[in-house]
Amino acid sequence: MDDHVITVLNNIGGFSFIALSAYLLLLSGEISFGQQAFYGIGAYASGMMTAMFGMSFWLALPLAMIVSGLAAAAVGGLTLRLRGLYFAIATLAFAETIRLILVATTWQIEVDGEPVGPNGSEGLGKIRWGFDNEYEPVDFLWMIYGTLGIVLLLFFLMERSRLGSIVRTIGADRLLAETQGISVTRYKILVAGLAGALAAIGGAFYAHIQTTVYPENFDVMLGVHSLAYGLIGGLGTAVGPILGVLLDVGFLEAVEWVQGYRMIVFGGLVAVLLIFMPRGILDERRVHRLRTTLRGRRAEVHGAAGN
Amino acid sequence: MVGVFFGTFLFIQFQAGWYAVLVATVLGAVIAGAYVERLCFWAIKKGAAVASMVSSFAVWMQLEEAVTIAFPDRTYEFPALGDFELIELGELSVRQEHLIMLGIAALLVFALHQLLFRTRFGLAVRAVSEDPDAALFMGVNTGRVIFLAFILASAIGGVAGYFIMATEEVITPKFGLQATFKGLIAMMLGGMGSVPGAIAGGLLLGVVEKQAEWYAGAVWRDIAAFLLLFVFLIFRPGGLLAQGVAARDLAALRRV
Repeated sequence: MDDHVITVLNNIGGFSFIALSAYLLLLSGEISFGQQAFYGIGAYASGMMTAMFGMSFWLALPLAMIVSGLAAAAVGGLTLRLRGLYFAIATLAFAETIRLILVATTWQIEVDGEPVGPNGSEGLGKIRWGFDNEYEPVDFLWMIYGTLGIVLLLFFLMERSRLGSIVRTIGADRLLAETQGISVTRYKILVAGLAGALAAIGGAFYAHIQTTVYPENFDVMLGVHSLAYGLIGGLGTAVGPILGVLLDVGFLEAVEWVQGYRMIVFGGLVAVLLIFMPRGILDERRVHRLRTTLRGRRAEVHGAAGN
Repeated sequence: MVGVFFGTFLFIQFQAGWYAVLVATVLGAVIAGAYVERLCFWAIKKGAAVASMVSSFAVWMQLEEAVTIAFPDRTYEFPALGDFELIELGELSVRQEHLIMLGIAALLVFALHQLLFRTRFGLAVRAVSEDPDAALFMGVNTGRVIFLAFILASAIGGVAGYFIMATEEVITPKFGLQATFKGLIAMMLGGMGSVPGAIAGGLLLGVVEKQAEWYAGAVWRDIAAFLLLFVFLIFRPGGLLAQGVAARDLAALRRV
């Protein structure tokens, strides 16, 4: 594989995490314009741990997830009584606050005679863990897709479990969920925390591949994109948001003439798609139909084998 | 934003006078507003508020990119209102443009208030915002009212954009984002759907921003603005002057 293809694939993988994070919140009925904050927290936290304190990436990743997850759970708890537009704007305000605080913060320590650490709008640089341990982009590729595979597996398990149906019930009708004896408060905070941790994975990988991250990487555009991925890909299955990422990063990146007009094409695509499919390409109904057809075929095969 | 660039385009191309630029600005804003409404709100089925929001953001990114492509340089000159002297008011000095802006803003607020509370159209707008279904049953053409409200909002946005730009005298493609955020914050602080609330919110935001800038620097000005919004949404989601949204929801929940 040549380098460009690997870069594109790495981008697709990295964005998939934040798209899944936004998707998880969409399932529970919340629109968050602030998932980029947790992506950023994940990137900064993990980058600081490896670059400033010499930790291994494999230790920094779970720690960054915990930090980001706790922050997200805290925000989720604070914004619990907000709904719809209010929740969306509160998360947006939080994300912008975080981004601007990163711009305003400088904290550097000396590592090997060089200053390392977040440096305002200059960003956090010298995240050389991958370089020091001789990790090539291809190695990151395996790491990202390995992690993504695990996450997807967990998603499928969740969708089949009680947790999955509870989350979807809350998303469909909060009042109904409450009358069923579900503690909506607890699950909302849980979902917010999980979504934050999920976004942090993407951020951590991003930081270690780029080796330098800037506060401006985590602006509102990223949040809007991650929402759009879930919405165009479909809310019926965890594959939906990844399909959305593929459409944007994969397809539009690959097509030459779109270059430079990418936002125009993507924005138009989102708008037009949402008119015809307000819950995305792979929405619940289509996923269900697909599943029954697949299952029907399998049953036929089994029937034929039985005869 | 599109309106402002439309105005700039006219200014650069034809050296038009300020009134022509103003008209062009408002016109551009209205066209952009109509485009957004038709594509993101009218066309998407009812009940898909999420889709509408994301879609309008997507279209807005589209517009911003289009503007960036049409105006590749970082900054452009924007025609000033004219040359004015500073006015001294005791220890304060005030730019005349700012006074004119304030006057026009007051005029617009008054006109908007009259429109919303004294006309049939205003009644229809308020009815639709309260309960679209009920408004529909009462014979209000909701689609048309929403469309007109959008046009009106875009026109006001166009006027605001024109005056901001006329005092700044330079524009950058990125300014739309900041202006949108500022407007959003002011509106949420004051309370949604309340004209006096929006003004109070705008004033509060302005004071807090300037104080933060004075004490801690330019970055903290924006941090203070967003933090203020976040804190307000947590503790007083209904805004300064509106009834507490949370309290209303709670009351509704109790009734159930």
